[in-house]
Amino acid sequence: MPLSLIFLVLLGLGLGAFALGRSKGAAMASAPGAGGGGRIGSVHSRPNYHGAFVALVALAPALLLVASWAAVGDGVIAERVIASVPEATRPATELDRSAFMNEVQGLVSGDMEAGFNPDAEVAAKLFVTTRGTYNLIVGALAAALFAMGGLWAFSRLRPQFRARNSVERAVKWLLVASSLVAILTTFGIVMSLVFESFRFFQSVSPVEFLTGTTWSPQTAMRADQVGSSGAFGAVPLFWGTIFIGAIIAMVVAIPLGLMSAIYLTQYAPSQVRRYLKPLLELLAGVPTVVYGFFAALTVAPAVRDFAVSLGMTDASSESALAAGLVMGIMIIPFVSSMADDALTAVPQAMRDGSLAMGATRSETVRRVLVPAALPGIVGGVLLAISRAIGETMIVVMAAGLAANLEINPFKSVTTVTTQIVALLTGDQEFDSPKTLSAFALGLVLFVITLILNIYALSVVKKYREAYE
Amino acid sequence: MSDYPSNTVPETKMTARNVSVFYGAKQALKSVSIDVSREHVTAFIGPSGCGKSTFLRCFNRMNDTVESARVEGEIKLDGTDVYSPEMDVVQLRARVGMVFQKPNPFPKSIYENIAYGPRIHGLARSKADMDGIVEGSLRRAGLWDEVKDRLAESGTAMSGGQQQRLCIARAIAVDPEVILMDEPCSALDPIATAKIEELIDELRGRYAIVIVTHNMQQAARVSQKTAFFHLGTMVEYGDTSTIFTNPAESRTKDYITGRYG
Amino acid sequence: MNSALTSTAPTDGAERQPAVAGKRLQTDWSSPAMRSRVRARYRAEATFRYTGLAALLLAALFLGFLLFTIVRDGWTGFQSTDVKVSVTYDPATLMIDPAALKTPEAAQALRSADYAALMIEAVGQLGGAADVVSEGAWLILRENLEADPTLLGKTQSVWVPAKSNIDLLAKGKFDLAEPELTRGVSDDDVSDYTQLKQRGLLRTGFNRIFVTMADSTNPELAGIWGAALGSLLTLLITIGLSFPIGVMAAIYLEEFAPRNRWTDLIEVSINNLAAVPSIIFGLLGLAVFLNFFGMPRSAPLVGGLTLALMTLPVIVIASRVAIKAVPPSIRDAALGIGSSPIQVVFQHVIPMALPGILTGTIIGMARALGETAPLLLIGMRAFVVDTPQGFESPATVLPVQVFLWSDDVQRGFIEKTSAAIIVLLVILLLMNSLAIYLRNKFERRW
Repeated sequence: MPLSLIFLVLLGLGLGAFALGRSKGAAMASAPGAGGGGRIGSVHSRPNYHGAFVALVALAPALLLVASWAAVGDGVIAERVIASVPEATRPATELDRSAFMNEVQGLVSGDMEAGFNPDAEVAAKLFVTTRGTYNLIVGALAAALFAMGGLWAFSRLRPQFRARNSVERAVKWLLVASSLVAILTTFGIVMSLVFESFRFFQSVSPVEFLTGTTWSPQTAMRADQVGSSGAFGAVPLFWGTIFIGAIIAMVVAIPLGLMSAIYLTQYAPSQVRRYLKPLLELLAGVPTVVYGFFAALTVAPAVRDFAVSLGMTDASSESALAAGLVMGIMIIPFVSSMADDALTAVPQAMRDGSLAMGATRSETVRRVLVPAALPGIVGGVLLAISRAIGETMIVVMAAGLAANLEINPFKSVTTVTTQIVALLTGDQEFDSPKTLSAFALGLVLFVITLILNIYALSVVKKYREAYE
Repeated sequence: MSDYPSNTVPETKMTARNVSVFYGAKQALKSVSIDVSREHVTAFIGPSGCGKSTFLRCFNRMNDTVESARVEGEIKLDGTDVYSPEMDVVQLRARVGMVFQKPNPFPKSIYENIAYGPRIHGLARSKADMDGIVEGSLRRAGLWDEVKDRLAESGTAMSGGQQQRLCIARAIAVDPEVILMDEPCSALDPIATAKIEELIDELRGRYAIVIVTHNMQQAARVSQKTAFFHLGTMVEYGDTSTIFTNPAESRTKDYITGRYG
Repeated sequence: MNSALTSTAPTDGAERQPAVAGKRLQTDWSSPAMRSRVRARYRAEATFRYTGLAALLLAALFLGFLLFTIVRDGWTGFQSTDVKVSVTYDPATLMIDPAALKTPEAAQALRSADYAALMIEAVGQLGGAADVVSEGAWLILRENLEADPTLLGKTQSVWVPAKSNIDLLAKGKFDLAEPELTRGVSDDDVSDYTQLKQRGLLRTGFNRIFVTMADSTNPELAGIWGAALGSLLTLLITIGLSFPIGVMAAIYLEEFAPRNRWTDLIEVSINNLAAVPSIIFGLLGLAVFLNFFGMPRSAPLVGGLTLALMTLPVIVIASRVAIKAVPPSIRDAALGIGSSPIQVVFQHVIPMALPGILTGTIIGMARALGETAPLLLIGMRAFVVDTPQGFESPATVLPVQVFLWSDDVQRGFIEKTSAAIIVLLVILLLMNSLAIYLRNKFERRW
């Protein structure tokens, strides 16, 4: 019996429990002894709440059981299956085990018609029977929990029983649990990054990682291969990230975004503004992979040709300039909308005050509005930088993999995100320093964007409050 | 008290003829005519929404900043129509200063607030010149002694009354000919209000002053001429003493005696 | 730009006396110096204004150019070129025993017949231009024969997909003036193409393969249907998780949460998660879902989970804004007639906040649909030739398909990539327009 079926059956049973509880509640409400006629106070809760109470108490433990089995079940079954393989041919390493189990599961699902490993076919049969048995046990347990919970809840229904309060308490806990998902996610991110980085730093010193200037993560998978010790000095990556995301992209995005926002807020007629603002929002929604394709196919060759025409014959087609330029274009709508918010938050009275002094609009903008909105604009720019250095697809598609400490924008540099993708795609042994280094890079990226975000958000928030 | 060549005949500084203002399709002001002289403080009174602020904002074309606003009729400053091509709106606003309902100092230092106008209009030749303008304006606004030691502090850190006097000082720093005040005391406490009223009295004669207020006592205290507005029309205009003691129109009388408002 | 304005140097003429505190003569505004100064200020004003307009237009131009190149390269991706061949469904070539068709194994016999050999025979009739059909053209023959087994032994004219270079030649994608080495297509292909064209054996029409098939190594056989289905499955998981959890979290934070260190922590978490680079979520998915929980690689289930965590803060923030906008008077009114706080929220506040919540959800979903980086890390870049079968089978999604094709060196994939982008952008445009429409339609001023 597959788990999804157990799940559906339980839900069906839950509906039944609801109906039972509801009908008992309705019966109580119309019973002559209870005052009848639906007088307020004669029966505490409406029938629906009685139904919901019974269904909840019956379902919650049973579903919890099934859900936790769904999470760990495959692992448990895999243990059993692998243990059944004769010792001589039993897969030993983590990689072999997962390859073996992939094969078994392929056979089970019918995606594969025959296994490469003769053991796998035997194991697949065992897998099916083991899974069947366990699922049956889990199903039976869930049914028992359901029956016990349902009966207990049903027996508690009385006219004065506060079913609504109980149900509402459960709903409230559900709300609390939902809001905890955000913390759990943050916690999960921090833990996975820190844990894997820790493993990385066991083989590579953090000092070398943060200050080394050679990045060549190609460690060998076997010890006897040549050049087995990779170099993990990430400074060229940090430089490339800053060069593309915080320098070139911002040189494009800040003036264009800011001036667009000024034009939209101060000069454009409200009709034009009404159409242009949603348009900017739409453009902000263009996926970055599209910009990446544009960068790689159109901008990069043009930049290279331009560099060649300047006499740089060794110009790379994966230049920092091409990636940074397109990233800047991508981020214009973001900068523009942050600046727009900051400028419109400046009270109208400031603008009027300046205009009434005989200042022209541009004088008003430059000498009053922009200085007044500066904290908000700076906050927005910091958020934009955080976005640019975390942006992945444009640099993966248009920047190279060569870790150069290079200040010439026509040359190729690589970034943190490019390397993370390069390190983690394709089949690698998960425990090698090479793949683990991606998590260390991720940790650095996370910490830096976190600091930028917290600082920028607090600046923006303080700024908004100042004018409220 | 005036620094100008003495001129005993009341000098008509601004004239308005048949001025109407529309916001979109809605008419906010209906064909109003008035003369404003340098000799007097002119007060516009009337219940809220009567068009008095709208009218005031026509004198320095601040209505231009409202997209839907349309002004008809004729307003002249020293005989030149303010809406004519030869009148430049930037210069007009330098010559016709404005003080707003809520104090709106710029988020800059006190010094920079005052220096803003002279700087954009290029009125100071040197740093010393600018210092002189700042000191003179603050003195005239009666603020110098309170702020002379903290000119570098932010203008927004002052009290409300000080902020409003700073705004008045900012307006007189470019030495305008007319100062428009749009309910300048409505956001202030009585003591700060009294100071502003004193200041207005001191400034009279040097600048033609037009003040919008819904405080009738204030109008009676500071003005020599009063115009009463109601529902977008000017009901009555005359000497303040006449308006308050012996109004010609029954509507004026009802308003002044507090029948509505 | 504004040096004339910041300087305190004398700019006006001799008409003015030196200013002394309290003793200044009124400015002569009509002096020539003052007039020229005002003219200069207006010039600066115009310059500034046009700089702003130019910035806006430049940004628009960039984006317009981006869209232009994509549409220019991509619209032909929706077309394909077919070659007309005459096929004789010869049982001997197909290695089908006609007798077997009467047995229950008929379907199996038809399926496993040697259509490739049949195809070779058929294109042999084209003479010199034998090498013009797609490697997968025989699939059409199988389709035809399976649909109508009586064709066996008969001869039929069939349009089969041409190979990519012929297709591109038909669409004029090569500059024939260039030498053979650099233009990307051989002289043989060009002469084959010219010959076929003269004989009227080519037609270019709607590309059915592109919209109904999954990925392929041959550009002319590659389609986006598989990726589209993968995107759909992934987004189903994403919305199924992030919408209820996000809305419930927003309700708790806005309506019930006390102000203490815990709720502050939740707030900070949510605000930061909204700005964490998406690739970090990919690392999370890889470390937690794949390595810790051992979920299947490349599966829409894991992709959906990862994107759900990424979308959650967007939905929470939008929902909170919408809930906050419902005036307290509504809550007071409902509480006043004896509703419980939970009833107030679910019967009054949420229905009123729903347009805002939905707008935020659609925008979050649009972002999830366009997201690529985290999915690369959890293996959704697998080469998948089948349309995905379920939430746990390997799949790819539209943006990843774009990425994979853009990486392919074959020239024919350029138009496929651009065409896939067009499909993606059209879907996103529809979603975002719906969100903007919803917001404008239901925007209420209280």
